[in-house]
Amino acid sequence: MSGDIHWTALAVFVFFFLLVTVMGFAASRWQTGGSKKEAHLDEWGLGGRNFGTWITWFLVGGDFYTAYTVIAVPALVYAVGAYGFFALPYTILVYPIVFIIMPRLWHAASKAGHVTAADVVYGRYGSRWLELAVAVTGVVATMPYIALQLVGMEVVIKALGLSGELPLAAAFIILALYTYSAGLRAPALIAFVKDLMIYIVVLVAVVLVPSKLGGYAHVFQAAGEAFAAKGGATGLTLKPAQMLPYASLAIGSALAAFMYPHTLTGIFAAKSADTIRKNAVFLPAYTVLLGLIALLGYMAYAAHLDIKSNNDVVPALFNALFPAWFSGFAFAAIAIGALVPAAVMSIGAANLFTRNFWKAYVQPDVTPAGEAKVAKIVSLVVKVGALVFILFLPTQFALDLQLLGGVWILQTFPAVVFGLFFGWFGGPALLTGWAVGMIGGSWMAFSDGIKPVHTFLIHGNGYTLYTGITALLLNIAVAVAVQLLFGRRGRPLAASPALRGRV
Amino acid sequence: MAPMWSLLLLPFVGLLWVPFYNHELPALFGFPFFYWYQLLWVPITAGLIWIVYRHNLRRGDE
Repeated sequence: MSGDIHWTALAVFVFFFLLVTVMGFAASRWQTGGSKKEAHLDEWGLGGRNFGTWITWFLVGGDFYTAYTVIAVPALVYAVGAYGFFALPYTILVYPIVFIIMPRLWHAASKAGHVTAADVVYGRYGSRWLELAVAVTGVVATMPYIALQLVGMEVVIKALGLSGELPLAAAFIILALYTYSAGLRAPALIAFVKDLMIYIVVLVAVVLVPSKLGGYAHVFQAAGEAFAAKGGATGLTLKPAQMLPYASLAIGSALAAFMYPHTLTGIFAAKSADTIRKNAVFLPAYTVLLGLIALLGYMAYAAHLDIKSNNDVVPALFNALFPAWFSGFAFAAIAIGALVPAAVMSIGAANLFTRNFWKAYVQPDVTPAGEAKVAKIVSLVVKVGALVFILFLPTQFALDLQLLGGVWILQTFPAVVFGLFFGWFGGPALLTGWAVGMIGGSWMAFSDGIKPVHTFLIHGNGYTLYTGITALLLNIAVAVAVQLLFGRRGRPLAASPALRGRV
Repeated sequence: MAPMWSLLLLPFVGLLWVPFYNHELPALFGFPFFYWYQLLWVPITAGLIWIVYRHNLRRGDE
C-alpha cells in the first residue's frame, strides 16, 4: 500500500461514517415509545429492556462478530492455515450453549431488575466478594477488547492512505459522545447499517474474488502450496498435534463468549426469554459469514499479495481486487463494525462499575437516574482509556491482554451459570474456584510466554489444551472440593429468584 | 424432555471429534472436506435448536 490518499474510497468512507454519526445521535429517541425517559439505567444501559427478535439479532450479531474479527480471523488463517479456522466450530457451538443458558439468565435478571452478571451473582449468593470478582473480571477482560476494536479501525484508516493518529481519535470521540447521549440504543440502531454493509461486502467478496482468482479449488491449492513452501508446519488440514488445541479452543471460546459484559448486555436488553431462544436459531447466519470471511486469508495467497503485517491481509486484498469506491464501502463497513462493539463494550463495563462498585460501595442509596448519570460518565472514561492504551502502548500489549482476558472471563462461568441450574454450590466455594482458576490460568499463560495453549506431559506424551479450559477445570474441581469440605450452601433453591417459576 | 435436549449434544460430537473430519477429500465445489463439513454444521445446528425450540413451545414450556 502506498502512502497516497485514496480519495474515492475516502469519500465513500466519510459518507457512511457521517451517516451513522447522525443515526447515533438520533438514536436517543428511538424505541422509547415517544417519550424521552433516559433518566434510568435500564433506559441508557439496556435500551429499556425492550429489544425484540430483529433488533437483538442485529445488535448481538454486530456486537459478537466484531471488526477485529473481520481483520484478525483472516489474518490468523493466512498465518497458520486450518488451525485459525477454530473460530468456526467456536461460533457454531456457542448457540446451543446460548439456547440452554441465556433464557434462564434473562429470567433471573428480568425478575429482579438486574443489569449485570455480577448483579445476578449477588442476588443468588448474597456475596459481595463474589459479585466484585465477577465485576472486576468483566471490566478487565473488556478493556483490551475495546482497544482491539481500535486496532481494527486503525488498519482500515491506514489502508485509505491516511496517516497519523488524528483520524482514529476523532472517530472515537464522536463514538464516545453519541454513546454518552443515546446509550445502548445508538449501537443497536447503527448495527442495522453495519451488519447490512458487512453482509454485502462479504457476499460480493466470496463471489467476486474467487472468480477473479480462478475458483475456490485454485484458492485452496494456492494456499496449500504456500504452506508447503513454508515448511509444512501448518496446512489446509490440522497436524495431529493441533487437533486437541483446536477442539479445546473452540469449546473454551464458546463457553466464554457470552460471559463478556458486551454480549450479556445484548441478552439483558432483550424483551423476553423467547427473543433469546429465537436468536439462538437465527444468529448462526453470521457464522456462515465468518467462515467465508476466514477464507479471505487463503485468497490472499491466490492473489499473490505481498503482505508485511498479517492484519493487512483483508485491506490489501480489497485494495488489490475491488474498485476504489467499493473498497471505501468495505472499509467503512469494517470501521463502523468497530463502533458497534466498542460502544456496547463500554456500556457493559460502565454498567458493571455503576451497579457493582458505585452502588455497592460508594453510594448505596443511588437512584436509578443517578445510576444512569454515573454510567454515562464511566462510559466516556472507559473509551478514552482504550484510546490512550492504543495510542501510547504497543499493540502487542493489547493483544496479549485480550488473550488473557479470554482465559479470565471463562473463570466467571461457574459463578454466573451454575446457580441457574442447581443450588448445590455456595458463594465461598465458587469464589475460591474463581481465584484458583484466575491465578492458575494466568500462571500457565505467562509461563508459556502469553500463548493460548498449555502443554502437559503425561507418560512422556504431550497433550496441548486451551489454557482457559484447563483453568476452568481446575476452577470447578476446587469449587467442588471446597463445597464438599466446608459445605455451607448458598440459599436453598426455592428461595432463589432465579429459579422460581421455572420448569 | 431429555431426549429432545440431547439433540443439542450432536454439534459438540460432530465438531469436537476432530480426527473424523480432518481430511482434504472428498472435496465439494473446490472446498476440502475439512471446510465444507464444518460449514455444513452451521445450518444443521440452527435446525436442531429450532426443533428443540418448537418442541418446547408445543409442550407449553415458557
